[in-house]
Amino acid sequence: MSDFEDDLILSELNDEELVLQMFDDLYDGMADEIAEGVNILLERKWMPYDVLTKALVEGMRIVGIDFRDGILFVPEVLLAAGAMKRGMGILKPLLIESGAPQLGKMVIGTVKGDIHDIGKNLVAMMMEGAGFEVVDLGINNPVEDYLAALKAEKADILGMSALLTTTMPYMKTVIDTMIAEGIRDDYIVLVGGAPLNAEFGKAIGADAYCRDAAVAVETAKEYMARKHNQL
Amino acid sequence: MDALSKLLAERDWILADGATGTNLFAMGLEAGEAPELWNADQPAKIRALYDGSINAGSDMFLTNSFGGTASRLKLHNAQDRVRELNRIAAEIGREAADASGRTVVVAGSVGPTGDIMEPVGGLSHASAVEMFEEQASGLMEGGADILWVETISAPEEFRAAAEAFANIGAPWCGTMSFDTAGRTMMGLTSVNMVSMIAEIPNQPIAFGANCGVGASDLLRTILGFAKENPDMPVIAKGNAGIPKYQDGKIIYDGTPELMGEYAVMARNCGARIIGGCCGTMPVHLEKMREALENTPKGPAPDLAEVEAAMGGFSSADDGTSGIAPPKRERRRRK
Repeated sequence: MSDFEDDLILSELNDEELVLQMFDDLYDGMADEIAEGVNILLERKWMPYDVLTKALVEGMRIVGIDFRDGILFVPEVLLAAGAMKRGMGILKPLLIESGAPQLGKMVIGTVKGDIHDIGKNLVAMMMEGAGFEVVDLGINNPVEDYLAALKAEKADILGMSALLTTTMPYMKTVIDTMIAEGIRDDYIVLVGGAPLNAEFGKAIGADAYCRDAAVAVETAKEYMARKHNQL
Repeated sequence: MDALSKLLAERDWILADGATGTNLFAMGLEAGEAPELWNADQPAKIRALYDGSINAGSDMFLTNSFGGTASRLKLHNAQDRVRELNRIAAEIGREAADASGRTVVVAGSVGPTGDIMEPVGGLSHASAVEMFEEQASGLMEGGADILWVETISAPEEFRAAAEAFANIGAPWCGTMSFDTAGRTMMGLTSVNMVSMIAEIPNQPIAFGANCGVGASDLLRTILGFAKENPDMPVIAKGNAGIPKYQDGKIIYDGTPELMGEYAVMARNCGARIIGGCCGTMPVHLEKMREALENTPKGPAPDLAEVEAAMGGFSSADDGTSGIAPPKRERRRRK
């Protein structure tokens, strides 16, 4: 096959075809092509929020499904997330300008003593992609850092991640501190990480354990909806 | 000849040790603390950890150095103490092994750096090799018999560790963690691992799987290795069930009896070095030794038998059944 035949001209595709091609390009981690696709849609007067949700978020949702089902693994998901990030980089300033709806705000970080962040980074990216504002505290976070950020950012959700059995219990320390300070009920607490499970999440007092980034997004949306229903 | 190779020449199976982290937790290690610091600050506890395995009947044990690379110790501001902390980990081990009155192999544990390697991540091959080499040098200096890289997910990292070990001329073993749909989180299958190892210039003494999800998945991985008829001995170091949180502690729900069954099954699957990982305590190791000594070797189980004995697998397939996963169609490109 010649290069010419392989070369797809994105601008020649109609909206529907272009969006489908963007799903593929996101899936394949093709950041340049995603940037091109996003710009084409914007030139065609798409609302930035629609580009985000209909092209990028939907494409990432497909990636999330295949990740969950053991078809894609971490390297592919990271590449896809990189492509998504590129697209979001173009959209972000425009989203703020156009007053796009925000689903909520999350503070996320890996707990004290733990440097693992692959899962956390994926969750942060997918949450951002889904329309949440995410404040990523990075790794090795003591309880003080989490609480300070929750307060300063007026966050809705606290996300904690751990990959070691020796650091998992620190999540309970954080939650217990929140209870002691009377602020536990002000936040939705989601936890995740390879050694965790639903029972652990419950035992330590989290609202939910999320086994992967896709589940985290759905869970966050569900809890935010519940929160709004209670107000 | 290194102590492990000698032992493998004399014995059909070798009992490895159990967990480090979860056992140190039981001794009072705080959430978020670096276990490696205890080598200097609480050597008696580390000696007790090693003695626990030795007295339970282990033929080998891993040193308390899993997080001993510069990238992991940096979290605790101890990146300048790599050589020291690893050396002490091995020294304590050497003393314990020598005091036992029998052959007990001291294996220097080398865990993952915690970083993703290039090109997907930021850690270069050269940096990874350098970090592993510094750690490995400390371990061998302290008196480890062999090096033992474990819980790895990425082939790039496994190869970097192998190169580091080659650089210092040390004998070694390596295991990976198959915790994602029967593969490592980077997508490597058990069959892929065998092919990868075949390409490594300085061959390990033995290779296999550790940690991961549960016993059933681990045994499926061992069966996967066996499909490739590897020449070298296979290692099986599975978790003692799954973690549960009880009264401020993490308890793994695998009973000693279950671990005894798992050990016998692992041997039937073809493993020659058998131990446990997270949650495996001396009481489990004792049962495992007893079961291995008192049960004759049997035929390899099939997947249905593994599932019946050890519980369901975490995924329908582990990538080695020959059934390709459904691939998404691409519209025009690729």
